[in-house]
Amino acid sequence: MLKIENLHVSVGDKPILKGLNLEINAGEVHAIMGPNGAGKSTLSHVLSGKPGYNITEGKVTYMGEDLLDMDPEIRSREGVFLAFQYPVEIPGVSNIYLLKAALNSIRKHNGLDEVDAMDFLTMVKDKIKLLEMDEKFLYRAVNEGFSGGEKKRNEILQAAILEPKLCILDETDSGLDIDALKIVAEGVNSLRAAERSFLMITHYQRLLDYIKPDIVHVLADGQIVKSGGPELALELEAKGYQWVEGQAA
Amino acid sequence: MTAQFASQYSSEYENNVSLLPGQSLDWLKSLRTEAFESFSSTGFPSLREEEWRYTNVSAIEKKLFSPQAIADSATVDKDWLAEFILDDCLTVVLVNGQLSSELSSLEGLSEQVTVQSMAQALEQQPETVKKYLAQAVSNDEHSFVAFNTAWFTDGLFVHIPAKVILDKPIQLLHVVSQSECLSTTRHLLIADEMSEAKVIETFVGVDQAYLSAAVTEVFVGKNAELSLFKLQAEGDKAYHFGGTYVKQERDSRFKHHNFAFGGLLARNDIHTDLDVASECDLNGLSLGVKRQHIDNHTRINHLQPHAISRELYKGVFNQRARGVFQGLVFVAEDAQKTDSEMNNRNLLLSADAEVDTKPQLEIYADDVKCAHGVTVGQLDEKSIFYLQSRCVDEETARNMLTFAFANEMVDKVQLKSLHDILLKQLLKRFPQSGVDKDWL
Repeated sequence: MLKIENLHVSVGDKPILKGLNLEINAGEVHAIMGPNGAGKSTLSHVLSGKPGYNITEGKVTYMGEDLLDMDPEIRSREGVFLAFQYPVEIPGVSNIYLLKAALNSIRKHNGLDEVDAMDFLTMVKDKIKLLEMDEKFLYRAVNEGFSGGEKKRNEILQAAILEPKLCILDETDSGLDIDALKIVAEGVNSLRAAERSFLMITHYQRLLDYIKPDIVHVLADGQIVKSGGPELALELEAKGYQWVEGQAA
Repeated sequence: MTAQFASQYSSEYENNVSLLPGQSLDWLKSLRTEAFESFSSTGFPSLREEEWRYTNVSAIEKKLFSPQAIADSATVDKDWLAEFILDDCLTVVLVNGQLSSELSSLEGLSEQVTVQSMAQALEQQPETVKKYLAQAVSNDEHSFVAFNTAWFTDGLFVHIPAKVILDKPIQLLHVVSQSECLSTTRHLLIADEMSEAKVIETFVGVDQAYLSAAVTEVFVGKNAELSLFKLQAEGDKAYHFGGTYVKQERDSRFKHHNFAFGGLLARNDIHTDLDVASECDLNGLSLGVKRQHIDNHTRINHLQPHAISRELYKGVFNQRARGVFQGLVFVAEDAQKTDSEMNNRNLLLSADAEVDTKPQLEIYADDVKCAHGVTVGQLDEKSIFYLQSRCVDEETARNMLTFAFANEMVDKVQLKSLHDILLKQLLKRFPQSGVDKDWL
């Protein structure tokens, strides 16, 4: 589904990713762990098309197409979903408005008619229960005045409605208490499907207790320095990031 | 130079003065004469005056706008006007500065409440009018106020007695139906102790040059609450000068929502004097497109302790439009424990649009909480990217965010009929590709 080959990315003159390779197949859950400053967020931003990054070398193929050649909205319509580390507050735009606009953009992209208003509402109300959110959230402005946990839940709600093929979770667990984490994790687990892949970016091993990855990668100094099964995360937690940082050097 | 042009209006005034209401009242005649002398000696404000340095009104001096003697309702396109009538309100229509009983409907108004034309009030209760007229603002405030006092042809007199809660809002709809018309109106809104009311001022007109000058004096009694809404949607070539001057007694609340959308050149002054523990909440939204010039001046006078003021003015300017905001919060020496917040946020959508903003605090008390903030800028790139990552294309994202920025102010209006009209007027003036009205 996603193939990243020798990706080099810099911000200004400063190289952040230095030859990153990664392949994710349909239905797989990958976790990328790494110390602060390793380039984790840069990777998620580059995959979703955020401006401000120079791609100096390498390529990214998504569903057989050149991902880096697509505008951000085309990527998202093609099924790449980024759950933001810091979801943006948008006063004046209600959640329900954004959800509808997003879903209809995907439908239009796929040559379908706009979603029926009643069907849409039924579907949204169904999904919102999954994340234990109040229906009132739908009519509030996007993320405005939401707590950290509410913002993260809202990101997963959007994923549940947009049904992406590749779901990138950028530090979705940070800032959450254990109860909020469980709800978010359950939401993510309910989205797992044979044709849907996940890329979880996290600093903490704790998330992986609740969302079981197939493969764990360690990112240090702009490269994947180690890959393995879920046990790698535990080992990493026990030994600390210095263990892998030494290997990168 | 200004005095010379003012003289154009002087001879016009001589021709019209005998037609103005309240001729039999000596006090009013002398008030008008003084006002006219004050206007004649200074002329219209010039750019040299600090309060007018960003707003050039010389175009008005060069033209000569003339008042109409009667409310000619036949000249008003009724279907067009219907779009601006709020169906859940009592509506009073002023055509070219004169009350039109044909177009107005006060059916269902509580008997306790007085709503009549200023001309009628001057005949039936001159002493009450005298008690309030020119008390919330004096002629030397600026020459448009003097001009208004001298010239006003009619207006609305609203008196809500103590403890009366007005169940239906009153809409005051100003219409100008003729080119070159001078519409000068003066209103008194008096809400006595413990009363509550909502009043909506709407300004509309033809797509030709005219001058609309309206001054509203507002008196909010002890523990009373008055909400005043203003939708200024004048014609594209119109000049609009509006003044709202408020006197608040102790524990009173005054809420103002000022939507400045229309006109070629529009200026608003909103002043309020706060007594002990009173509150004011001033909200504003200016939309400027093409070559519109929209100027808002506010002044909040904290004169006594424990009063609270909140102010948020937003502006969106596109093409070559220009916005001005000058907001002053004055805190007198006695006004301890004042709690005040003033914000002005502006969005510029084109390189040629311009905003001049000047928030000011003048504080003489030492135990107060006063904050102010200003922003002038473009849309937030992070928000645009967030929307793109949610499948929305960039142009639609920009339009959605622009709309959302302005809609925050519209959304504060709970009155459904007004909210719907505001939304319609807002969308009409905005780039809206991709913004789906049916979902709002």
